[in-house]
Amino acid sequence: MSTVVLLMFTGLGLGALYFLVAAGLSLIYGLMGVLNFAHGAFLTLGAFAGWEIARRAGSDNWGTFLLSLVIGAAAGAAFAAFTEFVLIRRLYQRHIEQVLVTVGLALAAVALFDGIWGTDPVFIQGPAWFKDTTEILGARIPNDRFVCIVAAVMVLLALVFFLKKTRYGMIIRAGVENRSMVTALGIDVRKAFTLVFTIGGAAAGLGGVLASHYFGYVSPMLGGSLLIFAFIVTVIGGLGSLTGAAIAAVAVAVLQQFANFYLGGTGDFVVVLALALVLLFRPTGLLGRTS
Amino acid sequence: MTTDTDTNSSGGPASDGGATPRPGKNRTRKHDAREPGGDPGVRRPAITGRRLTMWAAGLAGVLLLVLLPLLNISLPGMLPGPSYTPGSLQLLAMCMLMAAAALTYHLLLGVAGLLSFGHALYFGAGVYGLAVILQNMDIPLLPAMGLTLLIVIVLAHVVGSISLRVSGIPFAMVTLAFAQAGSVIVGRNPDGRTGGDEGLTLRTDNLPDFLVGVVNTRNLYWLALAVLVAVFVIVTWVQSSRAGHAAAAVRENELRVRVLGLQPYLVKLLIFVLSAVLVCVIGMVFLLLQSGAVPRAISSDLTITLLVMVVLGGVGSRWGAVIGGVFYTVLDQRLTALANSEAVKSLPDVLRVPLSEPLFILGTLFILVVLFLPGGVTGTAERLAQRRRRGNRRAGNQGAETPRDILEDAA
Repeated sequence: MSTVVLLMFTGLGLGALYFLVAAGLSLIYGLMGVLNFAHGAFLTLGAFAGWEIARRAGSDNWGTFLLSLVIGAAAGAAFAAFTEFVLIRRLYQRHIEQVLVTVGLALAAVALFDGIWGTDPVFIQGPAWFKDTTEILGARIPNDRFVCIVAAVMVLLALVFFLKKTRYGMIIRAGVENRSMVTALGIDVRKAFTLVFTIGGAAAGLGGVLASHYFGYVSPMLGGSLLIFAFIVTVIGGLGSLTGAAIAAVAVAVLQQFANFYLGGTGDFVVVLALALVLLFRPTGLLGRTS
Repeated sequence: MTTDTDTNSSGGPASDGGATPRPGKNRTRKHDAREPGGDPGVRRPAITGRRLTMWAAGLAGVLLLVLLPLLNISLPGMLPGPSYTPGSLQLLAMCMLMAAAALTYHLLLGVAGLLSFGHALYFGAGVYGLAVILQNMDIPLLPAMGLTLLIVIVLAHVVGSISLRVSGIPFAMVTLAFAQAGSVIVGRNPDGRTGGDEGLTLRTDNLPDFLVGVVNTRNLYWLALAVLVAVFVIVTWVQSSRAGHAAAAVRENELRVRVLGLQPYLVKLLIFVLSAVLVCVIGMVFLLLQSGAVPRAISSDLTITLLVMVVLGGVGSRWGAVIGGVFYTVLDQRLTALANSEAVKSLPDVLRVPLSEPLFILGTLFILVVLFLPGGVTGTAERLAQRRRRGNRRAGNQGAETPRDILEDAA
């Protein structure tokens, strides 16, 4: 029983990270039709920014940790806004070329991170509480899992609130639904593009800082490895659906953890199998629209 | 070597006339670009003449490449030594294999409009499949290659039939996921068979003698050249075959093809499997050339490298893919040399860090090409030639399909 609970929470923690990456990807794809390969680079930059803060201000207190979260999110958001403004905007409505540009950006950015911070993982420490465990139903669960889960739930709630209650949120939702209609009503959707990219980048940057605590290290490859699972999550959840991304993130991560434990480390393989099954029986994903 | 449909623009029996909005666009687009308004009947002789020169030039080039190991040619800045030395031959062979791999990717993206991010899976399956089989079974090279090929054919059918259920961007994501699963399996090193991060060294016990050792690099060079020529011929043939026409029609307008009673799914699957098989063969030769398998051969980085080559060379152009493959490989090699040179090491950090990362420069170059030179090398050369020929006449482009159109068809 305690193993099941432990796996459950570890899976939820990992799912939280997947969600933070997938949320931005899914929104960006839903609104703009761009598959953003550079999203992993946003995450990595956020993680390194958080690490730099922790290194300078002393890693062992909560203030630094919270500051590193803010700085990480800001770094991711700034990078994302820059990407949209300088690269994506020039290729408006050319979806494949936008993908190619983000591929090139991911290549260049990861190489640059390699050059600045080295290819080896740098290890990171958080507040001492992170290393402790909390006992739930007999399972001793590392505390950093809870931090990830809480952060992801807060981001999800904030995003839902933003999308449902604010004017820009409504424009974004309408844009996902029918962009040409929104444009026809005289609303400049391009502002929403920059906004969605910035939000996605901020979520990814936040995810980067949390991921560095979850895994215990930062490396230039961090974003790329999470990005692939985030892709799987967005496809399974249904492209453009935030709720779908949340459900799929948890399902994929928990499935992965259980398969890793009970089926001899086959987690990644099982996830790809799940993707194949979803595609066979529901090509639009769990909550995807038929288009 | 061209087939009849290739020289006869309006006579493509199945798909050509009806399915494609622009008849004859599957033949080399360049000619259409140059004489957009011309009557097909009038310009045919000119095309045949040009085609002949093209093929003659190609043949002469191949002949030169065949003789290269016997000559003493130095290309400072491009080759590490005179052309007969193993180091130079190794680099040239690598260029040719990468050009051939880029050609198979061209078959996917440029012909069928399939933006796959999982092409490395089949390359890697060729590399690792052959390496593992040679390691664990006592069979000669050719049966081992046949067995690997069989595995890849099955694999490509399975993955292709699942991932082709979606198209456009989701297709890209799904192929990426499958390739990643392959990459993860290799990295996990099941039963110690793939060597994990270290890779595998090629076991040479069952290899013929003329393929083993540095002395025999030139045999491997000729093998790589043969592979490149064969792949080029096959890709040309496929593009001018009925299946190739149908695939291009599917890329343009899938619904229309379906209305005509053809099956887009099967056509796409055929092209998918074919390009997987070709790149698997290239992977096997790559293994012999490198005498070892490394995890990079199956990583998504390799797919992205192929994509970059095709886009740099010019999407939709066979020569573009070849040029892109050679250009990228040489540039990568040269930039690595540059990164380790004293001149770069003595620069201040702001300049040294970016310059010492070849991928940073290549990535930036790639972004610039996508933004400013959408046709890549061949597209730009084409435009320049067109501008010169026309003088100040307005450059109309209606008859041709630009690389941009081809790319957007893939979405």
